[in-house]
Amino acid sequence: MRIAIASGKGGTGKTTVATNLAWVAARNGQSVAYLDCDVEEPNGHLFLKPEIASSRPIGRLHPAVDEEKCTHCGLCGEICQYSAIVCVGEKVLVYPELCHACGGCVLVCAPGAITEVLRESGKLEIGQAGAVRFLHGLLRIGEAMSTQLIRQVKQAAPETDLVIIDSPPGTSCPVIESVRDAGYVLLVTEPTPFGLNDLKLAVEMVRTMKLPMGVVINRAGEGDSQTAGYCRTEGIEVLATIPDDRRVAEAYSRGVLASEAMPEIRTSMEQLLARLRGATARCEVRS
Amino acid sequence: MSDLVGIPGAGRKPVKELAVISGKGGTGKTSIVASFAALSHGSVLADCDVDAADLHLVLDPRVLRRNEFMGGKRARIQPGHCTACGRCEELCRFDAIFFDGPGNGIVEKTFRVDPTACEGCGVCAWFCAEGAIEFGPVVNGEWFVSETRCGPMVHARLGIAEENSGKLVSTVRTSARRIAEERRLDPVIIDGSPGIGCPVIASVTGATLVLVVAEPTPSGLHDLERVAELTRHFGIPMLVCVNKWDLNPEVCGRIEARAREMGLGLAGRVRYDHAVTEAQIRGKSVIEYAQEGCAADVRSVWSVVEARLNGSACSAGEEL
Repeated sequence: MRIAIASGKGGTGKTTVATNLAWVAARNGQSVAYLDCDVEEPNGHLFLKPEIASSRPIGRLHPAVDEEKCTHCGLCGEICQYSAIVCVGEKVLVYPELCHACGGCVLVCAPGAITEVLRESGKLEIGQAGAVRFLHGLLRIGEAMSTQLIRQVKQAAPETDLVIIDSPPGTSCPVIESVRDAGYVLLVTEPTPFGLNDLKLAVEMVRTMKLPMGVVINRAGEGDSQTAGYCRTEGIEVLATIPDDRRVAEAYSRGVLASEAMPEIRTSMEQLLARLRGATARCEVRS
Repeated sequence: MSDLVGIPGAGRKPVKELAVISGKGGTGKTSIVASFAALSHGSVLADCDVDAADLHLVLDPRVLRRNEFMGGKRARIQPGHCTACGRCEELCRFDAIFFDGPGNGIVEKTFRVDPTACEGCGVCAWFCAEGAIEFGPVVNGEWFVSETRCGPMVHARLGIAEENSGKLVSTVRTSARRIAEERRLDPVIIDGSPGIGCPVIASVTGATLVLVVAEPTPSGLHDLERVAELTRHFGIPMLVCVNKWDLNPEVCGRIEARAREMGLGLAGRVRYDHAVTEAQIRGKSVIEYAQEGCAADVRSVWSVVEARLNGSACSAGEEL
């Protein structure tokens, strides 16, 4: 079971849900991996407090030109859609930070003057948080593109019964990359106008990707009837409603897992996990 | 991103740009920007959180001009021409090609491009021996020039599952700056997106000042450090304010101490106040909704930011 935790809006509680789910699953004896794919601002480690066993640099490919072999035909600049390689007169300029590593320039270069070299763009850390297998990526500051790093975090995931993917906020490329091969997407929202607006965007995104999904309404209190109503109209299952409780916010602000500090949160996370199991099983039957 | 640097009119001071970002999501950027919009007189707003824009929910813009955003290209295999040789699948680095397209007179199944995975590199189209792959610009989103009760606003909506959010951010910023120059308005207030990647970089490069809205949690501290490193990387002055500071005064103190250590200015504290959500439900900024409480805090943060913005205007001008 591969579950991606996502949300349009930031700060709705993705990491809270993802880390607590992983912790509760491990406590129940399930083999579980937690993957923090919010490589721009990963936070899961602050709550799961893993022991990092290995840390390795992760690179992005970009072209390097052998001036001796280059005939200045200009084809590399022509195929490149990102202006990452340009041929100006007798010189070929490379802009590594713009490169998407599609490999096009290498393929079109008849004299074989272009090779691909690796440039460090972040690191991958792997460790253990109790019984939870822990992985996260850290994007190097100043790097614009995170999708390759996200892909590599997912590729490094061990074989476990349950994989929890903590995705970045938003609805664009890094989010798509994080959720794309998940079996189920859990959208975490909060019952505010901003939360609802961004939930709708996230729902559209998941539909475009043709993935099954469910919703968690976090910090529920006044005004949540609209969010619940929206889910009902759209036929999206609400798998959990977590009440607005200052103690949860305070646990978070101390870097403590809410499930550890509050038995009622542990119970609702266990229920959520059971419902997720049910929901994913139904998806498998349908497909 | 070279078009991000302002080209001021001769003899005129360049328009100042304040970028409000946070690193971590959901710390209250948009609520604070909406309040700044109400407090500043003569600003232009730029909602640069293009993939989850919310500022319009408070400022209720009247759209004057709607523009298509074409930021990238995309490949599409024409099923009628595909011979299923598989070359495209072999060359695609983005796993965007699937062997589940409709059959034709030649083959039972054809290849198909998943548009959400396609990064628009064009390699498949270039090397398709049959010329079966169309490759051309696509509409990735829309952007709008609007009028609000707090002044002009430029905002956008990136298409669902689309690329090129950085380019769209640059488009929004350029348009906002142009409006400010034409109408002699100042500053441009940018509502940024969470994170430190491409849209954030596009939101802050060349800005006069960055305000980071942090929250008093370990995540808030962690993310502030990364975002501070980013602004230092680009050489942009930065102020920090702690939102909902009273949720954890101790962590708030640590954030402020860390900010000082990193040489950042402090813009003040904003208390946790339910009035923020109440105001949001009514489509108002907290400044328009309440006088006391966090409204007073935001007012004082704005005065620090405004003073700094005006004070640093000369040096920003010199840099240009």
